[in-house]
Amino acid sequence: MTQIDYTRAVKYFLLQDFWQGFKLGMKYFFAPKATLNYPHEKGPLSPRFRGEHALRRYPNGEERCIACKLCEAVCPAQAITIDAEPREDGSRRTTRYDIDMTKCIYCGFCQEACPVDAIVEGPNFEFSTETREELFYDKDRLLSNGDRWEGEIARNLELDAPYR
Amino acid sequence: MADFFFNTNLGMLLLIIGQILLVVVPLLIALAFLMYADRKVWAAVQMRRGPNVVGAFGLLQSFADFGKYIVKEIVVPAGADKAVFFMAPMVTLVMSLIAWAVIPFNDGWVLSNINVAILYVFAVSSLEVYGVIMGGWASNSKYPFLGSLRSAAQMISYEVSIGLIIVGIIISSGSMNFSAIVEAQSGSYGLFNWFWLPHFPMLILFFISALAETNRPPFDLPEAESELVAGFQVEYSSTPFLLFMIGELVAVVLMCALITLMFFGGWLSPIPGLPDGIFWMIAKIGFVFFFFAMVKAITPRYRYDQLMRLGWKVFLPFSLIWVVFVAFAAKFGWFWGIYARWTVGG
Repeated sequence: MTQIDYTRAVKYFLLQDFWQGFKLGMKYFFAPKATLNYPHEKGPLSPRFRGEHALRRYPNGEERCIACKLCEAVCPAQAITIDAEPREDGSRRTTRYDIDMTKCIYCGFCQEACPVDAIVEGPNFEFSTETREELFYDKDRLLSNGDRWEGEIARNLELDAPYR
Repeated sequence: MADFFFNTNLGMLLLIIGQILLVVVPLLIALAFLMYADRKVWAAVQMRRGPNVVGAFGLLQSFADFGKYIVKEIVVPAGADKAVFFMAPMVTLVMSLIAWAVIPFNDGWVLSNINVAILYVFAVSSLEVYGVIMGGWASNSKYPFLGSLRSAAQMISYEVSIGLIIVGIIISSGSMNFSAIVEAQSGSYGLFNWFWLPHFPMLILFFISALAETNRPPFDLPEAESELVAGFQVEYSSTPFLLFMIGELVAVVLMCALITLMFFGGWLSPIPGLPDGIFWMIAKIGFVFFFFAMVKAITPRYRYDQLMRLGWKVFLPFSLIWVVFVAFAAKFGWFWGIYARWTVGG
């Protein structure tokens, strides 16, 4: 003869688990929402955030990149293509600096490899496009990104500097 | 003018069509907002926001979804039985819509005031299972077929206890007409006159059986998106899928209306002194629907054997004993006669 667990039977017939669940459900029903209202609200970003690429300039307007091609060499996805020639004043500069953003895996190695802090990954992550072609960035696009985001990029580099 | 509508065949036809539209159009519009409410409740319990972009607070989300379903391409599987494949969602929708013909919304506000209304609703909601079975079979694919087999067994199991609970209500009110059932619940104590109090255990049983009957969680085994992808709906897309969805939701709201009429006194006011009216009916349907939505949010899905055990080994004997109890209580006037409130006959 098996023993009947009366406490369990009573709980079962009074739907105790259901009411407990209901209580918990109502608690969360009135709790603050965990969702961000995305386009209007945004989550916090770390200074180390690796977003859209940018080519920076010196304060005098001279581009930083010296066409050492370290970023091209380190890039694990081989997304970067660089051609270089001496400029009229004799300094080495790039004539072509392309990043295929559809290949890029946003590892940040290019940023680490760069000896002059020219190529950086900025805080911008909202650069979706309607065509694939728009994601093949050339030098002009990267430089204009740099001009646009310079303030935030500089601040992020400064904030991150003590940990490097 | 009145002569035209009441004494000519064409006039009568137009009158009936007008009445049907008066019920169906507000019902379908209300449905869009109930679906939105369902999603909002579900989202709130999970601390999400739910739809909040289309229209103010996302109120028009259901209409946007409707438009999207309509413009999608209808995909028919190559091995499908086309006629049955397209008939299935129509059967689901039509069966759940025609049941509303006998649901009164206010004193005398009913399409057809027949005396076997409750049996009619019971019969029609039993036929709803055909939509699911036909959909699963006609898809000619294994998951839909498994889903529809589950659904057939589930709906039949729980109809048995729903039928017995209805018998208890019929004994108590002495009528199968919904207006008479609501009338039997009127009295000077407001909400304490309603049948939820004397028939309390059956309210819970009916609610749970209604969940199983309409394939709502925790009894959504025919759909069971984690095991059967979407059950009988797998091969459906576009408008046929929309019809399935509307049909199911209409059935859910119909169950809410049934609970309101049988246990919560329909359009009667809960507080003595306040006027009765259709707004009480709507408010009560909304209240019951809230519980339908909450149950969806807080309960995990039943296993198939648990579902069958609950239906046949708990609900069936319990409701059977209750019918016998109500019969005796009504006959001999136990508990101050609260089980025998006959408005007609006896």
